[in-house]
Amino acid sequence: MATEAISVQHLSKLYATRDGGVAALERISVAIDEGAFVAVVGPSGCGKSTLLKILAGLLAPSGGSASLRGTAIQGPRRDIGVVFQAPVLFPWRTVLDNVLLPIDVQGLGRDRFLPVAMDLLALVGLREFERRYPWELSGGMQQRVAITRALVHDPAMLLMDEPFGALDAMTREHMNLELQRIWMEKKKTVFFITHSIPEAVFLADRVLVMTPRPGRVVDDLVIKLPRPRPLDVMTTPEFGTYTRHIRARFNVKGGLDA
Amino acid sequence: MRSTKNVALSVLLFCASVGAWEGLVRLFEVPAFILPPPSQVALALWRGFSSGLYLQHLSHTLLETMLGFIAGSALGLILGTAVAMSRPVEFFLYPYIVMFQSLPKVALAPLIVVWFGLGLTSKVINAALIAFFPLLVNTMVGLRSADEERVSLMRSLAASERQIFWMLRLPNSLPFVMAGLDVAMIFALIGAIVAEFVGAQKGLGMLIQSMNFNMDVSGQFSILLILSVVGLLLNRGVMMIRKRVLFWDPSEKERIDQERVSA
Repeated sequence: MATEAISVQHLSKLYATRDGGVAALERISVAIDEGAFVAVVGPSGCGKSTLLKILAGLLAPSGGSASLRGTAIQGPRRDIGVVFQAPVLFPWRTVLDNVLLPIDVQGLGRDRFLPVAMDLLALVGLREFERRYPWELSGGMQQRVAITRALVHDPAMLLMDEPFGALDAMTREHMNLELQRIWMEKKKTVFFITHSIPEAVFLADRVLVMTPRPGRVVDDLVIKLPRPRPLDVMTTPEFGTYTRHIRARFNVKGGLDA
Repeated sequence: MRSTKNVALSVLLFCASVGAWEGLVRLFEVPAFILPPPSQVALALWRGFSSGLYLQHLSHTLLETMLGFIAGSALGLILGTAVAMSRPVEFFLYPYIVMFQSLPKVALAPLIVVWFGLGLTSKVINAALIAFFPLLVNTMVGLRSADEERVSLMRSLAASERQIFWMLRLPNSLPFVMAGLDVAMIFALIGAIVAEFVGAQKGLGMLIQSMNFNMDVSGQFSILLILSVVGLLLNRGVMMIRKRVLFWDPSEKERIDQERVSA
């Protein structure tokens, strides 16, 4: 049995509103193994982003406990990499300098990590773009820079909050392939949030299904599709069985708004 | 826009309007102390520069303006940062700053001249007081306008508040700060000239006033001409710095691209 990368016990989060409070998360318990690719799928407002923010140490839970690799989360930490829906690059920094941001913040020494950054840029197909500025790149390329930045300080896990949600469908499929390739090479734990059911099934070993009001995990599905998965896998009956199963979950709970 | 044809047209338009001015003044025999013809303004300009008189006063006014600009901008930058980054400072200080700003600062000039004398100091202080506010406001807004997602990113990397300030908020505020500098530069020139009007021994403002007493209107016109050229050059100087510092700013890029297209 591998060690648990992420362990969440009875986690709750309440947001105060004018008419009382709204439960973004209600008593969620999840354990994720080291090296696993886990996708969380659910409609907007189901609390999946809240969950990620708690794991990233950006938000304190209202109740329950959450720990990463055996230590309780008490704020942001250095052994995770976060990728947001927008690339969130700094326009005054070159691609390389953006990638090295975690190194600068954490004082890890640019000299030592320069080759690491260059290797990673090569891995995501951005070699020779390191001197460019973010605004000279396409949306897909910018998001690849963001992924590189999340990997550069060699974190144990990646937290990704709908990282491809803003990309067009073709670029998105391409990025899914890229991410799978990077994950198979790096073998890091990935916690991947999406509202696309096919994307979740395509990428993950395990899909957690969440429904809103209150935010709950209603299903936990192991995806047994062989890797590397080509885009064609989406047309197979097995893939269809998984997506149908997940979609049925939402229909029972009152529909999916995305 | 900048085709040979348009440039020629613009030069032609300029010559035509100057010519019309000259012609009309001569035709209707307008007295020179009301409106001098351009030829007399040019003559005054030439006399002023060849005698060294204008240069001496111009350099003095420029010195006042630059010192006032630097002092006022520095003050605005520091106070703006303090107000933006500290709630107590904002709460206790900002109301007074706003009150002070609603005051037409030109009205302060006589007092400042009484307090700091007829020399350089009163002019620099007056220029600085007027130049400081645009910097204060823009620095404040700029530092606070850091995108929430970027702040989240920095926090997720376990960055300290200090690092967030230096790596994110400060560079992020630069477009605002540069826009503030743009305005402050011209404001500093106004501040220096106004203080010279009130009481000075040197400077273009003082010169305008003494010419006014002597009904030397063409002399005044020649100095107004100098002042507008100086204002233009100072503004250009700030724009050049801005272009270098803000090469990454979308609005700046647009402008550069447009210039490239039209060049």
